[in-house]
Amino acid sequence: MIILLIYVAIFVGAFFAVKYVAASTTPKDYTSLKTVTFGDESAVRPSRAASIISVVSIFLLWAAFTGSSLIPSFLHAPGAFTGTGEFTYTVEAGGETDDATVTVNVHDKDADGTVPDVALGDGFAKNDSTSIVKYRSKLLRVDQNDEQGRDSGAQIVAVNGQAITPGGEVMTDFARVAMTPKGTLNIVPKTGWQMEPIWLPPPEDVAKRVSDIATDGFRNFTLLEHLGFSLFRVVVGFFFGALIGIPLGYAMGLSNWFRGWFDPIVEFMRPVPPLALIPLVIIWAGIGETGKIILLFLAALWIMAIAARSGVSGVNITKVHAAYSLGASKWQIMRHVIIPNSLPEIFTGARVAMGVCWGTVVAAELVAAEKGAGMMIMVASKFQNTDIVLMGIILIGVIGFSIDVLMRWAERILVPWKGKS
Amino acid sequence: MSGLSIENISMRFDLPNGGSVQALKDVTLNIQPGELMSVLGPSGCGKTTLLNIAAGFLAPTEGRIAMNGHTVTGPDAERGMVFQQGALFEWMSVRENVAFGPRMKGEKEAQYAANVDHLLDVVGLQDFKEKAIYELSGGMQQRVALARCLANDPDVILMDEPLGALDALTREKMQSLVLKLWKETGKTIILITHSVEEALLLGERLLVMAPRPGRIHKEYRLPFADLGVGQDLREVKKHPDYSKTREEILAMIWDMEEEIMGRTEESA
Repeated sequence: MIILLIYVAIFVGAFFAVKYVAASTTPKDYTSLKTVTFGDESAVRPSRAASIISVVSIFLLWAAFTGSSLIPSFLHAPGAFTGTGEFTYTVEAGGETDDATVTVNVHDKDADGTVPDVALGDGFAKNDSTSIVKYRSKLLRVDQNDEQGRDSGAQIVAVNGQAITPGGEVMTDFARVAMTPKGTLNIVPKTGWQMEPIWLPPPEDVAKRVSDIATDGFRNFTLLEHLGFSLFRVVVGFFFGALIGIPLGYAMGLSNWFRGWFDPIVEFMRPVPPLALIPLVIIWAGIGETGKIILLFLAALWIMAIAARSGVSGVNITKVHAAYSLGASKWQIMRHVIIPNSLPEIFTGARVAMGVCWGTVVAAELVAAEKGAGMMIMVASKFQNTDIVLMGIILIGVIGFSIDVLMRWAERILVPWKGKS
Repeated sequence: MSGLSIENISMRFDLPNGGSVQALKDVTLNIQPGELMSVLGPSGCGKTTLLNIAAGFLAPTEGRIAMNGHTVTGPDAERGMVFQQGALFEWMSVRENVAFGPRMKGEKEAQYAANVDHLLDVVGLQDFKEKAIYELSGGMQQRVALARCLANDPDVILMDEPLGALDALTREKMQSLVLKLWKETGKTIILITHSVEEALLLGERLLVMAPRPGRIHKEYRLPFADLGVGQDLREVKKHPDYSKTREEILAMIWDMEEEIMGRTEESA
């Protein structure tokens, strides 16, 4: 909640800051002279400053709330309490009361966790000490070393002078002290606003994991092999899907019989999410490469068939007529008119298919695989290796985005006439 | 017999709702080699259907089309076609578009290069030959379409409202170009148009068609196309017969339109 509020504050604050600064630097181009911008899609251009601030603030928030060493410590959100804390408790036994002090050493998991040495003190309640790992809590029977313990009818009635009853709690400066129904004190040191690394590791830990796994590997395969296998499956599955799907789509676009025959199949299979096919593919082909490639083949097949079909259907009949009356044969019409005319549609389909395949391969690897990006994050999550999970998600995102950029680039080079007719 | 002859063509087809349409009824025409004929008529008179039958894209239900004595059964390079728009290939440059016909015949670059470059000169696109189609204006695109058709050296050129999508100024320039090409190449041209002025200026013969069923209503032989070659077309329009004929044809087409409207009102 607090993070969301900070995020909104940055969003709004940056907006006004940039607006104020940028007012003097905006280029005086045609769009800047438009008075109607609300509703004019062409007048809406992504603000570069907003994009940069957006990305930077995500990293800043991530770093601030994980106590990252990448940013100066004054930017850190308040962290969990570490060090030594004290509170007193009051025991009542047979009409008499006595105070004693509890000294707690709250320490990092790997740091020194010695229990502080304390004198027992006078009175029938004796001083106690204990040590607690950061983010953990501890039940402490403070009366165990007292002369008048719980067993002889003694009762803790106050902590730091504030009255406490079984089920109640008292906030001290470093911890929340609660009393169980039986009268044991539960010491919960303050956890602050930072995230525990097992929920969210700081950015540098994730970065370190990348280099660790890149050199040492994870589960018998290096990082490159995991990602490479995922990519390989996508490329091979997509290749076969396109190899069969495009000619199938062409046939459906050119022949009544093919259209009639395959329409029910394609129209039925298209809305079936490829993920729903995973169990069947595992039953039929196992969890090895064959199964994955069959799954991705099926994911790409229908998309490519439909793209090719609509590419053929979309050819302007006057182009075909013109080609015929210029003396072209059926084969030449196919080669010089129908195929080039359908390429933009096929490229759009290929972009969609690659995206779907990439999503499907990760999901398939989550279910069962010996290697691959999805398998890596699934296994890591079972061991609470949140840093590996985060690293995997980021890399999967980067690769998915790169595939799309690559496809768009290829589209621009290979079909420059897209959308120009 | 040479030229294009259209012999007793009728065309009737069924509609999905059980009715049927008589698009053309008993149309007979003879176009001699080198003739420039414009076809005019209200929408629905079957002029585009007639052109599509002549091109070989549609089969008539009765009658036949003969080209230089042989029956037409499908599209062929001997009958070139120029469309209103959208018929150029965006994936080819201007020059590749113009060279399309010769290339489909299997001619080598060396065989067609001179002719293609000559035609690009004639239509004034020599400087644009490496450009992509979508970089050209509408008028330039139609000049490419004309050059592409001529590069194939067809006997007859069928034009389906080739200037219909152009603005008035470009249209006038293109009309002069069509006349110039007609005179220089001596091709037979059939031109379909919505514009009475264009039909008058570009028709040695002018055919007025009537709708429901599509049939030939009246035929004119006009001097304006010959006068217009190499002339300012606005001068031709000053010819006394020009406005007289124009008014006559306009009145004729208005009558037809009113008759159609009256008929639909009755049935409604």
